[in-house]
Amino acid sequence: MTEPYVAILIIWVFLFVYAIAGAIDFGAGFWAMYYSKKETNATILANRYLTPSWEVTNVFLVLLVIAIVGFFPGAAFYMGTLMILPFSFVLILIAIRSAFMVFSFIVKKYTKLLVYISGITGLLIPALMIAILPMAIGGFIGGTGERQYILFDQLFTSPTLYTHIGFGLTTELFLSALLLSDYARESGSEETYAVYRKNAIILGPITLFFAITALLTLIPQAPWMVETMIDIWYLFALSLVAAAIGYSALWWPSKKQKPGRARVAVIFTVLQFGLASFGYGYSHMPYILYPELTVFDAFTDPTMFRWLLYGYAGGLALLVPAFVIFWRLFMKDKKYLQAESGEGNGY
Amino acid sequence: MDSVLLSRMLFGTSMAFHIIFATLGVGVTLMIFFAEILHWIKKDRDYGVMAKRWTKGFAILLGVAIPSGTIVGVMLSLLWPGFMEIVGKVIAVPFQIEIFAFFLEAVFMSIYVYAADRLSNVMRIVSVAFVAFGASSSAFLINIAHSWMNTPRGFDVVDGAITDIDPWAAVLNPSMAVTSKHVLATAYMTGAFVLVSIAAFRLLRKTSSGQERAYHKKGLMLALVIALLASLYTATNGHSTAGMLHEEMPLKLAAAEGLFETQANAPLAIMGIPDVEAEAVVGGIEIPGMLSWLATGSSDGVVQGLNDFPQDEWPPLFVHTLFNLMVGIGFSLIGIAVLALGWAIVFRRRNLPTWLLVVLVTTGPLSMLGIEFGWIFSCVGRQPWTIYGFQLTSSAATNSGNVGILFFLFISLYIMLLVMTGLVLRYYFARNPVYKDLQAPQGEAF
Ligand code: HDD
Ligand code: HEM
Ligand code: HEM
Repeated sequence: MTEPYVAILIIWVFLFVYAIAGAIDFGAGFWAMYYSKKETNATILANRYLTPSWEVTNVFLVLLVIAIVGFFPGAAFYMGTLMILPFSFVLILIAIRSAFMVFSFIVKKYTKLLVYISGITGLLIPALMIAILPMAIGGFIGGTGERQYILFDQLFTSPTLYTHIGFGLTTELFLSALLLSDYARESGSEETYAVYRKNAIILGPITLFFAITALLTLIPQAPWMVETMIDIWYLFALSLVAAAIGYSALWWPSKKQKPGRARVAVIFTVLQFGLASFGYGYSHMPYILYPELTVFDAFTDPTMFRWLLYGYAGGLALLVPAFVIFWRLFMKDKKYLQAESGEGNGY
Repeated sequence: MDSVLLSRMLFGTSMAFHIIFATLGVGVTLMIFFAEILHWIKKDRDYGVMAKRWTKGFAILLGVAIPSGTIVGVMLSLLWPGFMEIVGKVIAVPFQIEIFAFFLEAVFMSIYVYAADRLSNVMRIVSVAFVAFGASSSAFLINIAHSWMNTPRGFDVVDGAITDIDPWAAVLNPSMAVTSKHVLATAYMTGAFVLVSIAAFRLLRKTSSGQERAYHKKGLMLALVIALLASLYTATNGHSTAGMLHEEMPLKLAAAEGLFETQANAPLAIMGIPDVEAEAVVGGIEIPGMLSWLATGSSDGVVQGLNDFPQDEWPPLFVHTLFNLMVGIGFSLIGIAVLALGWAIVFRRRNLPTWLLVVLVTTGPLSMLGIEFGWIFSCVGRQPWTIYGFQLTSSAATNSGNVGILFFLFISLYIMLLVMTGLVLRYYFARNPVYKDLQAPQGEAF
């Protein structure tokens, strides 16, 4: 594998982790809003998951941007010219969301407002982010040379945009419902588990529907991608198998009151998502932005590339232990998970 | 307005906004660490309450520090794509390691704040130490990139292409060490002075009980000691920073001092306005020979003046005022801190007089202004270059036509966040006065 491909693989890994963490994080915000009227544990649980996790999710976003600029400095120009609007809107929404996340933890009065802010931004942010994908497959860029811009009129009338957004949103909600059902099990709340399991059951087929339509709309829009996709059909086939196993696990027998193995469903769905997004990314190669920019054009200097690799290795060695502590305190500790409400924190 | 000017305004404002929260993030976490240590050593519950209340305040500020940092981090690529293209090739490593410092800080901050009731004393100190370490490291690492913009090293430009890349030489550039110390020292100093201001403000209230006054007095003393140490260091190190400018960026020094003619025995001009027609600083005080002495260590050292450089490379001359204000604030704060500590030591048994408390209240805002002036001086003083001597600001900027709308949107966002932060801080501390924490049964404070 050549160096630019190693670099884009690392970026795919970061993107994948951020997509999963972000989907769950933003999705939890939506579910907290959805159930806010009905006084169920579902809201409390979604909020408890969100409270300590959004900061860490946020750092992944920064990591992703820095990694892109570090590995592919040639892409900076396109981010700064073509993508400036969608990125800036995402930034503003994230700023509002994060600030309220903290404010409402400190001042309980704001909790109601937060539930709406994090619910609405929880849909808008991923929708905007996923809208960047169709922009990168080409066909929506006008102008020449230094003066290029996105043809928003064409973009907004293109079905590809909407199938991508639909796919992004349903995936987000499906994944977060799955994870929250697992989280509910872990907290010993079977009733909440049932709520989120039901949502996952409804959303599974809808997600699949959007995944397929997104692929179908690619055919006229990006034939160059579809060609590669056909070559690596087995990746997509495996991904379907994983999806089927994951979805069916919601009915597998369990020792608990209600049927279904939430943990298995989460793992296989994440695996499915990984396979499919890898296939999508692979078909996108060698272009970062079709047909303007390839990974080879944008690649950094080889010396810098090596130093960046050392940097990531060193950084991960430092971080993995920190993450283990984090996980044990917030995802595993029975005392935290089963606290009556969002309270029970000294601070 | 063209997109370059708008980009400069937008980025400068965003940085000026981020730096308020970022500086406090670096300074206040160190103070929390000291409070936890004193709590542990002295077994005095007041310090535990102090750490808890400072952390509450800090957690609120963090809610803005992180998103505003995310904004400037991404904005750097959006507004300055030409700059980031070179950064990516030459000095990407510090940016990258910085992310890990953020991770460390974010993870341990969540642990320290949200899991406080499940941690032992030692684990609490360990996690707050990691938070402080993460914050200071991120300031240090971002400053590496900044110092490299001022004194770029580790690459060459041949026919417009970047060659001979040496990431280490870029990191270890000549201004890196001295400005990193300056940035960290001023952040600690500002964090401490802001807490001095708050404690002094509380002590001005006549109605509070003896227990509350004792609590605030302890906070005031702890913060004053750290603030004095940090500001003494800032002044000596600031002197070395000026020496670095003399060696590496003589033009910036000349603009900072409003010195037009190259000369030995150069005078130091305090305040006044540099006048291009008269080729002199008008309306200031001049101390003969002082500038030569400060820059070179001897009063007959030669200091280069603005006229040695083509006029289209001069930075705007108002940086002279920014520089004077920064230095003036530095010396005033040292004076105030010495006076207040001296008073407290000499008149041990009495309270600090009201006028002195009023003066102490101003130290936090002054110190923060020092940070703002210093940064704006450093970034504007580099103009017209973004990478000194290599890349002009105009070729670093985006050419998107949308920066105007974005400027408006982001400024509204910052105003909203500032107002909200103020409201939340006020609301929280009004609802949870310190006597409640002090009188809470043992153990319940955490
Ligand atoms: C509380 C804030 C504060 C205070 C009291 C001082 N400084 Fe400062 N100064 C800063 C805060 C600051 C800073 C953190 O804002 C800067 C901006 C860029 C940098 O590296 O540090 C800075 C930069 C800076 C520079 C320019 C470095 C560059 O552009 O690369 C010089 C020459 C000095 N300082 C010198 C001094 C001197 C002689 C001081 C006398 C006491 C002083 N500073 C006090
Ligand atoms: C100049 C002095 C600066 C200081 C002292 C400083 C310090 C800080 C601190 C303490 C935080 C909070 C970190 C956390 O809790 O996770 C922060 C956040 C951040 N800063 Fe700055 N910063 C500075 C400038 C910059 C600049 C120029 C950039 C842009 C490249 C930047 C990018 C960021 C980012 C991306 C974050 C958010 C990280 C996260 O998601 O947690 N900072 N900064
Ligand atoms: C945190 C405090 C800071 C403040 C208040 C600040 C302020 C400013 C201002 C006012 C400008 C516009 C200058 C002009 O064009 O006239 C600017 C430009 C810039 N600053 Fe800073 N800055 C800060 C820190 C940093 C740091 C740490 C970095 C490095 C990573 C940085 C990188 C830049 C860049 C890339 C530009 C744009 C190009 C240019 O105008 O030269 N700034 N900043």
